[in-house]
Amino acid sequence: MKLRGPQAASTRHWWVQRISAVCLIPLSIWFLASLLVLPRLSYNIVKLWMAGSFNAFLAVLWVAVLTYHSYLGTTEVVEDYVARAATKQLSLFLLRIAHALVGGAGIFSILRINFGL
Amino acid sequence: MAEFSLPANSRVNKDGRVFKAAANARNSRVFKIYRFDPDDTANPRLDSYEIDMDDCGPMVLDALIKIKNEIDPTLTFRRSCREGICGSCAMNIDGRNGLACVSACADVKGAVKIYPLPHMPVIKDLVPDLTHFYAQYASVKPWLQTRTPAPLAGERLQSKDDQAKVDGPSTCILCACCSTSCPSYWWNSERYLGPAALLAAYRWIVDSRDDATGERLDYLEDPFRLYRCHTIMNCTEACPKDLNPAKAIGQIKQMLAERQH
Repeated sequence: MKLRGPQAASTRHWWVQRISAVCLIPLSIWFLASLLVLPRLSYNIVKLWMAGSFNAFLAVLWVAVLTYHSYLGTTEVVEDYVARAATKQLSLFLLRIAHALVGGAGIFSILRINFGL
Repeated sequence: MAEFSLPANSRVNKDGRVFKAAANARNSRVFKIYRFDPDDTANPRLDSYEIDMDDCGPMVLDALIKIKNEIDPTLTFRRSCREGICGSCAMNIDGRNGLACVSACADVKGAVKIYPLPHMPVIKDLVPDLTHFYAQYASVKPWLQTRTPAPLAGERLQSKDDQAKVDGPSTCILCACCSTSCPSYWWNSERYLGPAALLAAYRWIVDSRDDATGERLDYLEDPFRLYRCHTIMNCTEACPKDLNPAKAIGQIKQMLAERQH
């Protein structure tokens, strides 16, 4: 029997949280290692590094997975600790907006550097 | 928000009554025990009992029985088998959940502090109200459900390997040490089933004779009933029968993930 709605979503939530955690390991190592091998961490040098298509592609992926993983994790925290229904709904809504904004801004910035908008 | 501090009328008064040991006691030991009387409007308090260990059995339950028999008959606690098979004397001893009958006083350093199981309504002294805990156990339908007709000759058979899968989890004695050691259960016990009920559910899910595996998994597939478990493994640490509810919960999650596709 295939379930729809919140029941199946609960398993998906758990599963995607794990998948994204595993994906974050190589992506985060790559990101930090790439920054550390740069001669200097000045704005222009990082911008130049980010302008490479391959770097921009992985950086977009990293920001997307990271924000999604953070969204899933923080939702879990709210579900754990916020008991009042109204406060919980509001917190979950704000989390969604905040993560969309942060993720969107990050990806937009990378693309802007890459495409020189 | 989750309640991180006790309500004002549940705060424990640390300076309760003090019962000194007899003057000729040579090996005296202090037991600090949580006391709450529902007939009294006063807050719960911590009473100190000093007893002579040379004249007392080695286990915490021996000390409790000695206190009740010889010092203070109003002390209330559950006990029955005194050998770790009934699960009645589950309580919080020196900050850890366990059975008083199989916990040695010698394993505790300093005063032996005894509280009821954490985050449960207290009926009196060391007796928690387990009504909801039992209802959650019942909700996982801990019995064999079959759709197929019983074999004409004899019983429903299973292989030794299949039996081995249920050998462990079926030795759970429902003492509630695991569930009441779990912070997720503290904050969300009205919706999260807790390790004991989930271990019981697992015991029937992996039973080769049971035909309701799908329905059982459906019941558990819920953000609260199952997925409040964040695998901190307090349950496995607390279990006085050395069972592993955390692993059983992990396997339930794995089964749910596998059947998605």
